[in-house]
Amino acid sequence: MTAVLSRPEAPPRRRIVASPTSWLIWGAVAFFLINLAGVIASVVVNSFGERWFDTWLPQGWTTKWYATAWTEFGLLDVMLVTLEVAVLVVAISVLVGVPASYVLARRSFPGRRLVYLLFLLPILMPPITYGIPLATVLYKYGFAGHLTGVVLANLVPSIPFVILTMTPFIEQIDPAIERAARMCGARTWQIFARILAPLLVPGILAASILVLVRTVGMFELTFLTAGPDSQTLVVALYYSMSAAGIRAQQSVDAMAVLYTSSMLVLLVIALRFVNPTQLVARVKEDPD
Amino acid sequence: MSQVAWRHRLAERGIDRQLWLLVPGLACVLALFVYPFAYGIGLSFQPAEGGVFGAYRTFFADAYQRDTIATTLGLALPAAILNVAASVPIAYRMRGRFRGKRLLTTVLVVPITLGTVLTAEGLLNYLGPTGWFNRLLFFVDEPIRLTNNYWGVFFSLVITGFPFAFLLILSYLSGIDPTLERAAATLGAGRRQRFQRITLPLLAPGLATTFCLTFVLAFSVFPSAVLVGDPAGSTRVISIAAYHAAYEVYDYPLGSAIAVVMGVVELLVVAIVLGLRSLLYTGSTGGKG
Repeated sequence: MTAVLSRPEAPPRRRIVASPTSWLIWGAVAFFLINLAGVIASVVVNSFGERWFDTWLPQGWTTKWYATAWTEFGLLDVMLVTLEVAVLVVAISVLVGVPASYVLARRSFPGRRLVYLLFLLPILMPPITYGIPLATVLYKYGFAGHLTGVVLANLVPSIPFVILTMTPFIEQIDPAIERAARMCGARTWQIFARILAPLLVPGILAASILVLVRTVGMFELTFLTAGPDSQTLVVALYYSMSAAGIRAQQSVDAMAVLYTSSMLVLLVIALRFVNPTQLVARVKEDPD
Repeated sequence: MSQVAWRHRLAERGIDRQLWLLVPGLACVLALFVYPFAYGIGLSFQPAEGGVFGAYRTFFADAYQRDTIATTLGLALPAAILNVAASVPIAYRMRGRFRGKRLLTTVLVVPITLGTVLTAEGLLNYLGPTGWFNRLLFFVDEPIRLTNNYWGVFFSLVITGFPFAFLLILSYLSGIDPTLERAAATLGAGRRQRFQRITLPLLAPGLATTFCLTFVLAFSVFPSAVLVGDPAGSTRVISIAAYHAAYEVYDYPLGSAIAVVMGVVELLVVAIVLGLRSLLYTGSTGGKG
């Protein structure tokens, strides 16, 4: 600390030499990662293990738990439902959200702040809070209990999410391009289809993937609205785990491993399209 | 003619046909968020017995129910504070460029994919009485009990919340112009001074937002409180109470009332933090200027 003070012209590049604080910080990171690895590994090992009681490692290795999980939980159906829900939610929320975010990005009109707040609220509220009244309403009108209800419930956080992601993205597109198109006689829908859509593709892709990840991982809303044949993978997992004792714990673990690996694939794809540091453009819009 | 003039006057105030693009999104939010919420609030004032405020009275009169607020805050606030506080120094050290930054970021973000159930399973296996963690601590006589109580839920909140907070703070830090800090260094500011006087004030609004979003995540803890916690006792959080009332007892008014209470408490915390943020922010900019 004092050493740095006594040398006014600090080097532009930070030194690699570690100070006690950075040792402490990296130590904490390492501790976190080691324990995290332990948590993940214990599930993976258990899902491949034969019998595992009071020892370091299971007594034998097997892949039978995956087969059991696949047949017992009807994983093929569950996966298909998950895929269906996710694709529908992504498609609808992009179709509905992108035009709205265009208006929010480009126009000022009376009540704009109110509209913005309205789109912000579903993200700021815990899902259970609005999920319980929403599920009640959906049951009242007969939507809940099957796919429609699950999709409708998942739209609530997804549409605002698309809008908040896309608004800054549209803001950075030069409005002069649109004006030029208008001068050449393009109508609004033509501007959308020929000018904006091609420019927006990366943003739409990023938003869709983030919504996909969120929808596949969304537990509460799906849990509250799903019927027996419209469970997504997370909800099926929760039920199989909370009803422990009936099923072998290893096959639950196998299912959890399958879930996590599919999420991991999605995340890796998402990180290819979305730069983590780009997130700030979205989040800075969040308050006020 | 008069219709055209009318349209003209509206257009001057910013209202024209383009605003129709807003309608589908607005309709969805109104139909799926505002209407159910209003319906829920209405329902919470119509309990089977006890008058208009009967459901709320039931909730606040019963200590078992009332204490869920304190339990939830006792879990969510420390978890959110820890997640944000731990992310700042780590992200601060990672804001520059160095080899393997992308890899390290990815590794730190992996827990987002775990999902509550795998985290819960993993914690039960790893921290359980015969798990690896207690095996490593062989010098302790009794295995430390870290699951099926407060700590299990707390760890699961840290595992799922930390990557999220870290990503947000990293992106806020990368958004701060590095030349400001270099200018401060040229003027003779040490590392600590640069952090305290330059980076921290600029980061403060981002910290508040991150805290709010992390807090919302932690506040709605439900699956992990059931799976790794002690859902009937020390980790009976408010979402369990709401779910129990609405879907196990089928007392929809009480369930809605608890959901409303939950929303109010949560928005209260968010409002306090955002209020503090505005205080902090103006104060710091004044000092800087």
